[in-house]
Amino acid sequence: MNDNEPLFSAKNIKLLTGPLNKDNPITVQVLGICSALAITVNLKPSVVMALAVVAVLGVSNVVISVLRSYIPPRIRIIVQLTVIAAMVILVDLILKAFAYDISKQLSVFVGLIITNCIIMGRLEAFAMANKPWQSFLDGIGNAAGYGGILIIVAFFRELLGSGTIWDYPLLEKLGIYTTGYSDNGLMILPPMALITVGIIIWVQRGKNRDLIETH
Amino acid sequence: MENIVNIFVKSVFIDNMIFAYFLGMCSYLAVSKTVKTSVGLGIAVIFVLGITVPINYLIENYILKEGALIWISKSLVNVDLSFLTFIMFIAVIASMVQLVEMVIEKFTPTLYNNLGIFLPLIAVNCAILGGSLFMQQREYNSILEATSYGLGSGVGWFLAIVGIAAIREKIRYSNVPDPLKGLGITYIITGLMGIAFMSFMGIKL
Repeated sequence: MNDNEPLFSAKNIKLLTGPLNKDNPITVQVLGICSALAITVNLKPSVVMALAVVAVLGVSNVVISVLRSYIPPRIRIIVQLTVIAAMVILVDLILKAFAYDISKQLSVFVGLIITNCIIMGRLEAFAMANKPWQSFLDGIGNAAGYGGILIIVAFFRELLGSGTIWDYPLLEKLGIYTTGYSDNGLMILPPMALITVGIIIWVQRGKNRDLIETH
Repeated sequence: MENIVNIFVKSVFIDNMIFAYFLGMCSYLAVSKTVKTSVGLGIAVIFVLGITVPINYLIENYILKEGALIWISKSLVNVDLSFLTFIMFIAVIASMVQLVEMVIEKFTPTLYNNLGIFLPLIAVNCAILGGSLFMQQREYNSILEATSYGLGSGVGWFLAIVGIAAIREKIRYSNVPDPLKGLGITYIITGLMGIAFMSFMGIKL
């Protein structure tokens, strides 16, 4: 760590907050979409997934950053995969022990954190070239940006699709069904996750016009 | 035999990797700008899925499963190595991709040149690991069923990426709202294609 630089200098803070908006891994960098969408039917598994990714990405970013000068470039992908796979196995076992239902719901998607491009992407693009503390912040920031989108998508899909928030029957308690409203079953189906993310991108880029692609 | 065909058709249309499970979305979005490159990547995915799923099937059934080591000695009947699944599968995939790359380079240099950088990239394509993990979860009865599942998933992925690439080539001439250009509209089209593919769900196989 650089001794002249405070732990939370402006540059370091930016590493943490950048991915939440302008550098968002899902909507801007196009990383880590694979596992993001299939589990966003309900809020609960999405939050668990977000936490799992925060843990895996934070720790493996630090590990790779500490090891970065010892890893031979030719075999770096295997080394990175091994570190990630070891972390994911830990997360998987912890979930199975303490949150079995959710672990069942997430099914193969916990394992798929290994090939979540966001993790490989950050290891390759950031941790291989930066110090552990910065890598840690970068990892946490990116995972939080990913988790944020996950939670927004899950919020809308759960509210509109099953009328609940965190399994709490919100709409029923508010008495909305008596006015003739009914749940939109389409929101639960997989394609709507994509369309929801598409709309989030629309809103984000509408506000941040410099993100617009030109072609 | 009928069973095997059923699994194939089911994995192409009903359990399509992209539209039902969103696996391999990253390369799907990144590489689908032109039809030509997406055909190359699609073929490579079919190839690798068709090889890794049966190999991982063997590993799962003869090494990892509880009691799977019984073919070595009777005393190993209680050994359960299934916590090693992820690391074994990803190692098989990474090494198979490397091997396939070398074999293709040796025997058909033209195909090798066409696939280019896509082959190594496949090691981190979620569709490949996802194929193996779903194979494990669904507990297929024979290696033939597993192979047919692997090939079917690959073909489904191929169809999806070639379809979206064709649409994206045409959409360049349409008047899309600025903030939706590029990524946004691709997501929404994929969603609409997914809804279309859902019509296969009613088919009972």
